[in-house]
Amino acid sequence: MMSDGNLDLPEILTGEHFTTGNHATAEGALAVGCKFFGGYPITPSSEIAEHMALRLPRVNGHFVQFEDELASIIGILGARWGGYKSMTATSGPGYSLMVENIGLGMMTETPCVIINVQRGGPSTGLPTLVGQQDIMQTKWGAHGDFEPIVLCPSSVQECFDLAIQAFNYAEQYRLPVTVLMDEILGHMSEKLIIPDKSKIKRVNAKKPNVPPEEYLPYKPDKDLVPPMAIAGDGYNIMVTGLTHDERGYPVLDVETQEKLVRRINDKIRKNKDKIIILEEYMLDDAEIAILSFGSVARAAKGAVNRAREKGIKAGLLRLITIWPFPDERIEALANQVKTILVPEINYGQITREVERAAQGKTNVKGLFKMGTMHNPQEILSEIEKCV
Amino acid sequence: MAEEDRELIESHEHPLDGYLREGRIPHIFCPGCSLGSITNVIIEAINEAGFDPKKVSVVSGIGCTGRISGYLNYDSFHTTHGRSIPFAIGLSITDPERKVIVISGDGDLFAIGGNHFIHAARRNADITVICVNNFNYGMTGGQVGPTSYMGQVQTTAPYGFNEESFNLPHLAITCGAVYVARWTALDVRRIKDSFVEAFKKKGFSFVEVLGSCPTTFGRRNQLAEGKKILQHFADHTVLKHDADPKETKIEKNGPFIVGKFVDIEDKPTLTDNLLAIQRISQASDKKS
Repeated sequence: MMSDGNLDLPEILTGEHFTTGNHATAEGALAVGCKFFGGYPITPSSEIAEHMALRLPRVNGHFVQFEDELASIIGILGARWGGYKSMTATSGPGYSLMVENIGLGMMTETPCVIINVQRGGPSTGLPTLVGQQDIMQTKWGAHGDFEPIVLCPSSVQECFDLAIQAFNYAEQYRLPVTVLMDEILGHMSEKLIIPDKSKIKRVNAKKPNVPPEEYLPYKPDKDLVPPMAIAGDGYNIMVTGLTHDERGYPVLDVETQEKLVRRINDKIRKNKDKIIILEEYMLDDAEIAILSFGSVARAAKGAVNRAREKGIKAGLLRLITIWPFPDERIEALANQVKTILVPEINYGQITREVERAAQGKTNVKGLFKMGTMHNPQEILSEIEKCV
Repeated sequence: MAEEDRELIESHEHPLDGYLREGRIPHIFCPGCSLGSITNVIIEAINEAGFDPKKVSVVSGIGCTGRISGYLNYDSFHTTHGRSIPFAIGLSITDPERKVIVISGDGDLFAIGGNHFIHAARRNADITVICVNNFNYGMTGGQVGPTSYMGQVQTTAPYGFNEESFNLPHLAITCGAVYVARWTALDVRRIKDSFVEAFKKKGFSFVEVLGSCPTTFGRRNQLAEGKKILQHFADHTVLKHDADPKETKIEKNGPFIVGKFVDIEDKPTLTDNLLAIQRISQASDKKS
């Protein structure tokens, strides 16, 4: 059991635990080598900050509670350029404050991780109740064009696993990666199995293998990702949020903008098959599909099981990667099933994406709730209406 | 710029070549702006302080002064408007040997970024903050800012600014800065000495430099040349080390009180305190 005040904890807590999603996320970050957390208290994410404050100093890391979310996000960008894997955690209102500097992270290609434990909005909304209302904020929050990577766990185990995956994607593709949790997941306890240290994959951003006089900090390799020298490596890097050329110098013209913006988008678009993670459950012969994510996917799976007991051919497609969006998979599904039901705790954010991807080839129906999760019976009733 | 002018510039060696990024000159600063000479002084001071160049990082926000970081041939970071200080904190705590210097303007550091300044001073973050105060927003065309003085005319104060201005040394001292000084852009030798002291100081050091901005400030305030602004400074400057910070407020016709106002030794820095927390947390490991 990971409890507050238990100080006797090594770097990686290999073994079985009974713990919360928020604590599991923090442990996942530590397991993958996070050395800096900058954050600001906000319900329902604060336990992540508290756990990092307890744990980071013991693994030679640093925890700073900043004056606001603006400082938190930019502080972790700074720490990453200093060589520390870094993260912050917040909820919707705090994420809103962070988006400008998430844009800076996209433009400067800075690996870092932002955990958003979603609550109900808009504005202060429902601090202690669940929401899935930040889907579009993570995609379109910051100005300009960029392709984010956003992951969405639906169990405590997955909070741990996806914290690791988020850091690894951030390092591999050089961008801020968001994990969209929700209040239910953050606060509920269930079994977590932490593997041995040797089984935990740790990706580090590529380093340059040329001398400083030959190094171009924003010249990509074939995978469209440039090798990353950091402060103190002797490369005298220049990092700016302005449109920049391969030297990192600001060049404010059409050609440079075309080249840079297309590349920072294409490095994700062209690798999306490697980035998209989906869970498919009983979809092979399904006639009705539920598309779900986060806590709600647990109820959706329950509804599929009950429908199958009644002889209804239902199946589940669970989005583990929310962005980039699995357009092709959904189009194929649309060609197979009569209906795609989309239960979500908002007023239709993912539903609209599913409609777009389905291209009119099937019936898409959103099941929207506010401030609470669907129960399996509610979803089952909707499945039965579709038969 | 005409091709022959560019050739003339590139054919001449400058003593600080190598400290400026190749291919970045000519700079964007206006004729009569003091940022060129301040850039020069920053490089000289970094050299005189004797740092390993690999251990120097320069961070800035947005604005004319914020562009200095992009000319310097050190690890340099040009961040978002107002956010240079927390970026610098993240960078500094990753290596206690790293010297992190923030160079930005009055609007960036004290309007949009004011909250970060006061908290960085309170935490005694191990960074130096240089503010070039030109009394207005130059990059955006001459709006008033938090250091504009009563009666100053700018595009967003066409009838004269009618708010109180920030007294920056007073603010820094009150919030806990361990080194605080102010100079005008005319005092280049004193600025350099002060930068060296500030750079070598462990903890949060702050130097305000009153800069000349003829284009967007001077033109509207009867000081339309850089020379006139510097003359105005010279005519109204009072050197007063250890001045009572309550007296260092700036008004149109001065006095511009300059000097070193605070120099405190041995106050633990944010980095010191974070490392101490590591030792405390790990000692409880060993006990158990």
